[in-house]
Amino acid sequence: MTNRSAAMPFRFVSCMELREVLGKRAMDEHRLLELIEEVPADSIYYHTHSYFLRHAYTQQLYSNDFATWVVLYAQDRVLGERLGVLDPFDFSDIEQLRDEILRIMADHLNHSTAVPRCVVSEPFEFIRSHIIEIPLGLETKTLSEFHDALADVEVGAVYNHVCEARMRKRLLSVDFARWLSSEEGLGLQELALNVECVGRLGLSLEGMRNKILRLCDQELARQRGLHQSGDRDA
Amino acid sequence: MLEDYRDVAPQGTVELLRQLGRRVEGKTMVHVNSTRYGGGVAEMLHRLLPLFEELGVKVRWEVMSGSDLFYRVTKSFHNALQGTKQRITSEMYDAFIECNRDNAKRLNLDAEFAMIHDPQPAALIDARPHGATWTWRCHIDVSTPQHSVWQFLRPFVVRYDAAVFSLPKLSQRLPLPQFLVYPSIDPFIEKNRELGPDEIDRVLQRLGVPRDKPILLQVSRFDRFKDPVGVVAAYRQVKRSHDCRLVLAGGTATDDPEGAEVLAEVQEAVGTDPDVHILLLPPTANLEINALQRAATIVYQKSTREGFGLTVAEALWKGKPVIGGETGGITVQLIPGVTGFTVNSPEGAAFYTRRLLNEPDLMALLGRQGKEYARYRFLVTRHLQEYLGLHIFLRQRVRNG
Repeated sequence: MTNRSAAMPFRFVSCMELREVLGKRAMDEHRLLELIEEVPADSIYYHTHSYFLRHAYTQQLYSNDFATWVVLYAQDRVLGERLGVLDPFDFSDIEQLRDEILRIMADHLNHSTAVPRCVVSEPFEFIRSHIIEIPLGLETKTLSEFHDALADVEVGAVYNHVCEARMRKRLLSVDFARWLSSEEGLGLQELALNVECVGRLGLSLEGMRNKILRLCDQELARQRGLHQSGDRDA
Repeated sequence: MLEDYRDVAPQGTVELLRQLGRRVEGKTMVHVNSTRYGGGVAEMLHRLLPLFEELGVKVRWEVMSGSDLFYRVTKSFHNALQGTKQRITSEMYDAFIECNRDNAKRLNLDAEFAMIHDPQPAALIDARPHGATWTWRCHIDVSTPQHSVWQFLRPFVVRYDAAVFSLPKLSQRLPLPQFLVYPSIDPFIEKNRELGPDEIDRVLQRLGVPRDKPILLQVSRFDRFKDPVGVVAAYRQVKRSHDCRLVLAGGTATDDPEGAEVLAEVQEAVGTDPDVHILLLPPTANLEINALQRAATIVYQKSTREGFGLTVAEALWKGKPVIGGETGGITVQLIPGVTGFTVNSPEGAAFYTRRLLNEPDLMALLGRQGKEYARYRFLVTRHLQEYLGLHIFLRQRVRNG
């Protein structure tokens, strides 16, 4: 079991994000709602996911731009909190996430008596992202190789294999977890399950990296323990 | 040279750039602007181009040349596009087109990718070689232009494959893809390189700024939009409770009548206060600016209107807490309470200055976080990565029809 070598290596692919301005601006919550309905999915994705790439070491109010904007600029804390708690990892695709944002906003605005407006002239600017994948030429076959490579790679690789893999490529799971659990990979079901959950913990990309590294450390320690007790039994 | 950035850029950046570089290796690229020396665009190109070269891109830098009339016209265009009303005659429009035509014949524009910087060379699009991908890189604020000038320029701009702006709020609605790329600072140039304590001391001594009390600093032209009088007002309020110095370091204003006027207003506001130092520095005073920023306790950029405001990133990179006006690119560089504070009045600046002077731990925390933020968002390596990505993306888009 210790240091099992995978039949299919894990290939690290990093990514970078190009930001395209759509030229659509909202000055109040009603217009924000209308535009959320019509913008391309890549824009919803940008405003709910790219947070991870943009704010690796700093944190705005919430992890999605809609929530942050309504609190800071439309002065609507209640709607901000309702949108802010949304976890993109709860949704199987962007359209589901868009529907939920629209449902929350429509419900909130239907029950509001005033129309909250942007009060500091900072409109919500819709942006879409284009992700460019960058294969790093880095392959790993064992868990310890995977651990060491993950510790060193550019943090965009964590984003690509965790966020991009699951949401935009619709793989419905994190690349890392798929490789760790598959028979061509390492066949480590429990570790894979734990890694799959990492995206849902509200961590930054560095936080995700560290958490996965710790999970790998624990698994490697467990395997070493098994190996040593096996030696003693023999 | 790229290897030098390994210690300053985020982990893995150099490898990432080398992998991206493989995708554009051997490709030809040309950058065109209107000056080789002076100004932020030329400064950035001086740093970016050798890095492109090291990655295997065959890159050239072509510079427009023109008569005095052309430069007067483009100066008027520049002001008009940034919202200051100008009188532009039909002769001036003709001179602009004529000069672009002449340069189109003279410059070598033969490249797969072209990046045309700012309005001056925008009409070179008429000379785009077949199959080349051309991008218009706008570094200035064209959000509220003089209508007639924008209407003149727009037909040229819309023929590009894409436009690049520094911020959405500085852009215009255009029927072509518009990308967002922040400008950057280079940690190795004279203005930003590491300085030893002795070197800083020597420079400050030479400038006549004692280091006996906390230094509040603003580096900027004497321009109303930079609000130097507001900075003096903030200092006056802080001074009631905290003994400190204020340094206002800016360019000489000999060719700018409004600059001289603002300088006079600042001098009047300062009076005979020996703890306020007004330094008129030449454009080449990069070492002096570096030393002042490193010696400062708190750095201001209290603008009321600003483009991107890269002086903020310079101060963040030096680990300084920054208090800036809530405008332009300052708002993307200062995350309130994380990398600094944004304010809308001298009172706001005074409030946060006092708070920071009372809480040295908070100052240190903002300084650390600010430096990390600058490392990720505002270094030349990130800028290079985005330009490479843009070229790869546009190429792919053209190929896919």
